[in-house]
Amino acid sequence: MAFTNEQIERYSRHIILKEIGAKGQKKLLNAKVLIIGAGGLGAPAAMYLAAAGVGTIGIADADEVDLSNLQRQIIHATKDVGKAKVQSAKETMEELNPDVKVNAYRVFVTSENIRELIREYDFIIDGTDNFPAKFLINDACVMEKKPFSHAGIIRFKGQLMTYVPGQGPCYRCVFKEPPPKDAVPTCKQAGVVGAMGGVIGSLQAMEAIKYIIGQGDLLTGSLLTYDALKMDFRKIKLPSDTCGCAVCGTNPTITELIDYEQAECDGAL
Amino acid sequence: MSNFNIDETVDITDVVCPTTFVKAKIALEELDEGQILSIRMNDGEPVQNVPRSIKEEGHQVLKLIENDDGTYDLIVRKVGE
Repeated sequence: MAFTNEQIERYSRHIILKEIGAKGQKKLLNAKVLIIGAGGLGAPAAMYLAAAGVGTIGIADADEVDLSNLQRQIIHATKDVGKAKVQSAKETMEELNPDVKVNAYRVFVTSENIRELIREYDFIIDGTDNFPAKFLINDACVMEKKPFSHAGIIRFKGQLMTYVPGQGPCYRCVFKEPPPKDAVPTCKQAGVVGAMGGVIGSLQAMEAIKYIIGQGDLLTGSLLTYDALKMDFRKIKLPSDTCGCAVCGTNPTITELIDYEQAECDGAL
Repeated sequence: MSNFNIDETVDITDVVCPTTFVKAKIALEELDEGQILSIRMNDGEPVQNVPRSIKEEGHQVLKLIENDDGTYDLIVRKVGE
């Protein structure tokens, strides 16, 4: 595949980089990334990946754009209120970069659909807002041997980690199982600063890009936490022994996906 | 130009900085180590900057040849993978 002059110009700041070059840009154009959740995290991640020229971007979300989303979900605009989030996201990404093919899935992921959904993608981004979905994505990615970026945000805080099969712990190695219902408030109840999605979602996009171009070190084996009020980033090393994990360990006890119950007051973010 | 065994040519007279260098860089990436690229460029900014940027990438600049039409041919040997 040869670049057009327009593509050379569009991606010039990438191609100039030694770590990307023409080869890396071609990898990006041939890559397929699935973003689960078109919200606070998914919106910036999707926009940076579309701008970067990731050739195929899948986006999954069953919600519609709500006015209260617009404080942080920058892929949607005021005119999109009431529209399916995946449709709004698809339109924004395609407007941003016509090189990108967007697959919109107007669904919430469940044990029934997730394995098939992630199968055709190279890298998965967890941009969801609830524990059942986070454990489901983790377990499905372990079972399908897919790398993914986990992230969560609330109030002035955020965290992320990257899972690559065979290269360190999965989300369940660290967090075992969802907290009791209503033990942890959702963003809807607790609030979140809009820019937090921008910080953490952009880091997720960066992890996807580094994975695709095969450069640098990923956030595998560590959890990065960000406290905006203290302006403090911490990179916490995670135990490297994953043998005892219920899903990615040597003798997994979880061999089928689980649909955990969502907290009752938990609406979509 | 007859002194060199040119493997590939690229014309960067249709673009401006920094796309000039980027287009040359892409052409070099597609060559094998030791192969020779001839880059046709305009006078002025490209002649001043593109040879320097190519040297910084580690390639060997062999010669800059002035053409009759005011353009230049920069002859470069690819170094590295």
